Amino acid sequence: MDPFILSRMQFGANISFHILFPTITIALGWLLLYFKWRFNRSGDEAWMQAYFFWVKVFALSFALGVVSGITMSFQFGTNWPGFMETVGNIAGPLLAYEVLTAFFLEAVFLGIMLFGFRRVSNRVHTLATFLVAFGTTMSAFWIIVLNSWMHTPVGFEIRNGVVHATDWLAIVFNPSMPYRLTHMLIASGLTVAFLVAGLSALRWLVGDRSAAVKKALRTGVFLGALLIPVQIFVGDLHGLNTLEHQPAKVAAMEGNWETRGNVPLLLFAWPDEEARTNHFELAVPNGASLILKHEAEGVVPGLNDFVAEDGTIEHPPVAPVFWGFRIMVGTGMAMLALSWPGAWFLWRKDELPKLLAIAFVPMAFSGWIATLAGWYVTEIGRQPWLVSGVLTTKDALGPVAGGMVLSTFLMYLLTYAVLLFAYLYVLTRLTLKAAKDGDNRPDPGAAGETALPAPGANAVLQPGE
Amino acid sequence: MEIQQIYPYLPLIFAGVMGLSILVYVVLDGFDLGVGILFAAAPVKHRDRMIASIGPFWDANETWLVLAIGILLVAFPVAHGVILTALYLPVAIMLIGLIARGVAFEFRAKARADEKWLWNRVFFAGSTVTALAQGYMLGAYVLGLGDGWTTVLFSMLVALCLAASYAAIGAAWLIYKTEGELQQLSVSWLKRTLILTLVGMAIISLATPYASPRIFEKWFSVPEIIALAPLPITTAVLFGFLFWQLGHMPDREDRYSLIPFLVMTAIMLLGFAGLAYSFYPYVVPDKITIYEAAAAPESLLIILAGTLFVLPVIIGYSIFSYRVFGGKATELRYD
Ligand code: HDD
Ligand code: HEM
Ligand code: HEM
Repeated sequence: MDPFILSRMQFGANISFHILFPTITIALGWLLLYFKWRFNRSGDEAWMQAYFFWVKVFALSFALGVVSGITMSFQFGTNWPGFMETVGNIAGPLLAYEVLTAFFLEAVFLGIMLFGFRRVSNRVHTLATFLVAFGTTMSAFWIIVLNSWMHTPVGFEIRNGVVHATDWLAIVFNPSMPYRLTHMLIASGLTVAFLVAGLSALRWLVGDRSAAVKKALRTGVFLGALLIPVQIFVGDLHGLNTLEHQPAKVAAMEGNWETRGNVPLLLFAWPDEEARTNHFELAVPNGASLILKHEAEGVVPGLNDFVAEDGTIEHPPVAPVFWGFRIMVGTGMAMLALSWPGAWFLWRKDELPKLLAIAFVPMAFSGWIATLAGWYVTEIGRQPWLVSGVLTTKDALGPVAGGMVLSTFLMYLLTYAVLLFAYLYVLTRLTLKAAKDGDNRPDPGAAGETALPAPGANAVLQPGE
Repeated sequence: MEIQQIYPYLPLIFAGVMGLSILVYVVLDGFDLGVGILFAAAPVKHRDRMIASIGPFWDANETWLVLAIGILLVAFPVAHGVILTALYLPVAIMLIGLIARGVAFEFRAKARADEKWLWNRVFFAGSTVTALAQGYMLGAYVLGLGDGWTTVLFSMLVALCLAASYAAIGAAWLIYKTEGELQQLSVSWLKRTLILTLVGMAIISLATPYASPRIFEKWFSVPEIIALAPLPITTAVLFGFLFWQLGHMPDREDRYSLIPFLVMTAIMLLGFAGLAYSFYPYVVPDKITIYEAAAAPESLLIILAGTLFVLPVIIGYSIFSYRVFGGKATELRYD
């Protein structure tokens, strides 16, 4: 089999699996810090109970993020050696800074955050929680810088076919980075908001009326309601930025074949690359022109502009980009439709109507769906380039034979399927168990700055989780 | 001094940092993986304690591997591609092993009592597979990344020995972190795995010069052989001392419980120094030198600046974390 296609599928599978977990941990770290902060200020046990429940989810997600991340860092060498050989002078330092400033920070303080509550003072424990949250965000920053540079490369020159950095400031703050980073961080916030809201709603539905559940539910719903309009706004800006730098991607997202004005917004269509047209269009007249150019006559680039004289296609595959975009935006709309009424009821009535609570449960993982769909738009939309205008994906491929790649690909798929199942199973079980048996309570006297038992003196041995 | 003057030394500096992080990785994750390997031999009642002895550390320990591979990728991009494509399958197998080990750890902590056995097995299997795959890669690397039956057989032998030496350092860690029956068991585990460790180091020391005339020259020509003699001699003395010391363990006041771990670390350090001496200046054995494979000096300088600043901080807070969780291992709890 073709090692090129297989390597791409393998890379796609690996990074898709990886991104699921950082998406949760980036924002969940901050949320845990928030729970802790509320507890420190009010001394209200319920906040700490919420903390203890969600820290388990964090620990599990973190472990999955770490192990799949390690796979990622080997991928470049095993499957895409051309990537490092060509752009290593830029990708290298960025990845190195990620390891140095982020990975060690989170990995070391994670131990203290998870298991150190009784071993260090409350203040140090809060600091450790902060450093872990900060570390995950730094990871996201560096990797998004690199990824964005691959989309909008600047600040370099090519000597003997190898990319050399000329302006690091320009590289780090490349044109698409601020948009992609903001959009991704908010995506993480939304993912966690709906995860917390969804699992808390589940606990509430099976009859758990504890204060901790109520606090978590409110936090999740309000956070979601707060972030989703911002995300839609930022997403729009991100799209405008993409239009400027990667018009072919936007043409694919809109399913627009000819460059023209009065382009409709397609709600549904079946893009057909053979016939170079859409079937079954359902459209809002002038919609795309209005969104992208803010006027009905606005000219939107079309896919046919990206076909070379000899017929070589230089735009990305249309259908996955087109569909990925609709899935993301659709999920975003569903989030809006759900979180606003939810927030209203919680604010006014202090309780969710049962139907609304039920609706939150399947939305627990909606953030994953939107995030994956968004990344598929972004990444497939960059094809056939790996680094826009600099290196094609094909040229980065290594010499490993197809059969070999196939065997590792299947191995990874099997592993991921099992792990995903186990993750969802354990999350559900933890939720239902906590609803039945209640949450762990914090040590009395842990509030404020009163010192906990001194290091080493923690002889309290109770059955573990 | 002109900043450019440092350029010619950059490849050597980065080879040094990479070597350091591989060494730190082998010692630190070596003991985590070793504890995982010993899981198979451990009675069920001791397993929670064994897990607790590595719980707060394994993630950070594993990060040294990411740093090592990161520097290989960053500083020697060409070599990185050559090595990793040559070792494609063992790398993938190691990754699966690392995944299994890492997640088993977390899942086990949250599993129902009747599900724990499953994650125990995954933990053992993941640790063992990782250690074997790393040993296999070491073997293949030592023989110059060739293929053919001798390489495969030799690599398998090294795989076994490296797994044994991880088990040995894991046992040494357990002697330090535990007490009572588990400590006693660890002493006997260490005695048994130490022999295979010795075999492993011996065969690598013999095979390396045999596989490459260049390396043979480096060790066995006249002034060198005398200058280098302390290396194998010290190693042999350390092995002897450790065997002797283990005969007296565990001691009643538990005063020497850290000694086996320190000696194991020293042994690994010496073994590593020998390998480094053999292979310098090559990063791909007898094919590509670190000077040929190095990335552009401007980029390396950027990383160096960060490394010099951040690495001491990392080492500092790593030590802090080891101190927070110092002393004998106790039950791990989130609250
Ligand atoms: C909870 C997740 C989530 C939600 C609700 C949305 N997005 Fe998004 N979107 C992402 C999560 C995401 C993402 C996964 O994080 C991506 C992939 C790369 C990136 O920067 O963000 C993304 C990419 C992405 C791109 C691709 C740009 C590029 O990389 O070139 C555009 C144009 C938008 N988004 C626009 C939107 C709009 C108009 C939304 C309105 C509802 C929206 N997104 C909701
Ligand atoms: C985390 C979210 C991400 C997801 C879900 C994702 C997904 C994908 C997918 C599906 C492809 C395949 C496109 C195709 O073959 O048509 C791809 C390509 C690629 N992406 Fe990403 N990507 C993500 C982020 C990143 C980041 C952060 C980097 C680099 C720092 C990166 C580097 C690459 C490379 C090197 C390729 C080319 C290899 C290939 O085509 O498979 N990606 N990505
Ligand atoms: C090709 C691209 C990527 C590579 C090479 C990569 C590499 C890694 C590695 C090696 C780890 C483990 C760190 C540890 O040991 O603690 C990790 C974890 C992490 N990665 Fe990635 N990653 C990639 C894509 C991404 C993306 C797109 C994001 C998010 C925007 C991301 C965010 C994180 C975060 C936050 C962690 C911390 C662990 C966690 O919270 O689960 N990574 N990554």
